[in-house]
Amino acid sequence: MSVQTVVAGARVRRRHRGTVLAVLGILIVVVFAVTLMVGKSFYGPAEVFRVILGETVPGASFTVGELRLPRATMAVLAGFAFGIAGVTFQTMLRNPLASPDIIGISSGASVAAVFGIIVLALDETAVSFLALGGALVTAAAIYLLSHRGGFAGTRLILIGIGVAAMLDSAVTYILSRAAAWDLQTAMQWLTGSLNGATWAGVLPLALASAVLVPLVLSQGRGLGMLRLGDDSAAVLGVNVPRTRVLLMVSAVALLAFATAACGPIAFVAFMAGPIASRIIGPGASPLLSAGLVGALLVLTADLAGQFAFDSRYPVGVITGALGAPYLVFLLIRINRSGGSI
Amino acid sequence: MTEPHSLSAESLTLAYGDRTIVEQLDLRVPPGRITAIVGANGCGKSTLLRALARLISPRSGQVVLDGKALHGRPTKEIARTLGLLPQAPIAPEGIVVADLVGRGRHPHQKMLARFTAHDYEVVAQSLDATGITEFADRSVDELSGGQRQRVWIAMALAQQTDILLLDEPTTFLDLAHQVEVLDLLTDLNRDRGTTIAMVLHDMNLAARYADHLFAMRDGRIVASGPPSEVMTSELIRDVFDLDALVVPDPVSGTPIVLPRGRHHILIPESEEPRVIHS
Repeated sequence: MSVQTVVAGARVRRRHRGTVLAVLGILIVVVFAVTLMVGKSFYGPAEVFRVILGETVPGASFTVGELRLPRATMAVLAGFAFGIAGVTFQTMLRNPLASPDIIGISSGASVAAVFGIIVLALDETAVSFLALGGALVTAAAIYLLSHRGGFAGTRLILIGIGVAAMLDSAVTYILSRAAAWDLQTAMQWLTGSLNGATWAGVLPLALASAVLVPLVLSQGRGLGMLRLGDDSAAVLGVNVPRTRVLLMVSAVALLAFATAACGPIAFVAFMAGPIASRIIGPGASPLLSAGLVGALLVLTADLAGQFAFDSRYPVGVITGALGAPYLVFLLIRINRSGGSI
Repeated sequence: MTEPHSLSAESLTLAYGDRTIVEQLDLRVPPGRITAIVGANGCGKSTLLRALARLISPRSGQVVLDGKALHGRPTKEIARTLGLLPQAPIAPEGIVVADLVGRGRHPHQKMLARFTAHDYEVVAQSLDATGITEFADRSVDELSGGQRQRVWIAMALAQQTDILLLDEPTTFLDLAHQVEVLDLLTDLNRDRGTTIAMVLHDMNLAARYADHLFAMRDGRIVASGPPSEVMTSELIRDVFDLDALVVPDPVSGTPIVLPRGRHHILIPESEEPRVIHS
């Protein structure tokens, strides 16, 4: 009977998805735990666990509770936000290049942040809010510029890449006029760094995620329908403009909050989606898995940046080193298959 | 069976920017029948079909489904009655057949609700009806053009709409697969009473498979009726600016168009046979 074939096939795929999500979750917990334990001084699992439960452990309470725990939490939240935001755009525009860090939204945040640090000499919190505003304004501008006589994904990507180039040159210009001590702060922000992550910095991102992540996930099925093309989605009863605006606004906001918290950690939004889609399998919603892959990427890259080399590197350097070759690979593959962007 | 759903256009004007494609068009899709919309390239037939499926909003006039204008009604509610297979639908990379066909269930599903046993049953029936059950767990990318078209029709079947619109369902297919797709649609019409309206390029297949023809030229309907009545050499001249001989198809008895180009003409116009007996 064919019903059984269909049900059995669906069960196999659902089980596969469950396994993938579980494995990603376990890996995140493991790397998270390692991040809490290792460092200049090592603390065992027992000590770490007591700190998490709120007990006072000499030494560990400060190192783990105030330095490593907020850092690892920030890594997970930011990575998750980058991953979900990236894959939302990539899926919606049916193009792996459509990630918000490629189409200029992260650059918008960078310009605002660098302007805040160097020209306005703002403190950390103010810079975060300015970066948030920069990302949102840039996203709105790209959307409006590309919306002449209807929505077109490719046009949005091309305009976004152009806007990114313009904004990046603005960043370079501001940096060239900066005093040496500001320059260091600005560069650290631009690279994307979890150094000096604090609970105060984690809080806005955590609150934003609590609201925005469920919102994006609730649109998961609509996003899946948009992959059939706008016409088919509309014919199958998806309110295409509403779904698209909801997804875009919440994805941009997520990305903006994460960028404001720890800088535009290079290529995480760009890489998480395609990796997640590959392992979760086609036809499934890649949202949750991309979030988990993003979190795992940032956590692992931060750990590697701190301890894998002779000197310490900020997390953005590691993800950048991974992401740039991937971008080249992707462009070659698109070119080979004779496709356009 | 309940009253069949009705779909019609009332003084419909469609335009892209300043360019008017369809002007003041009235049309009623015959319920429970197979309708073909024919005409030259750029006559507005695909645009009309898209408007009937609410993919374009009219400049003026309206599309009416069961007595109520489409515009402003919940799109999900319409999607339970009215389906459309676009000319070049997009399959997400790597998606398996059963998953893609399952997307057709969307208008029947509540937000966040899982697939029900009934949903699976409908998907299985749709795979059966289109003869692609054996491909259920295969990736759509691996299928041939003809098989893939059957997958899209299966998706439209899974939507379980009483009206199905198709935009050139036979393009990109070889002759055998064209006939196969049209046979499949005829089964659907006869077995389930589904109203079918499609844009077709091939006049001969349109005349053979449709109960009703709409012939369009420059955004207007120039002929409407059963193919045996409206498909004449005058119509072919009106619609395509082409001289042609129209004779009964010896296989089906429906009219068949034999175009007269500038070359390879054996029979002068005066000696044309009136009727061919099979």
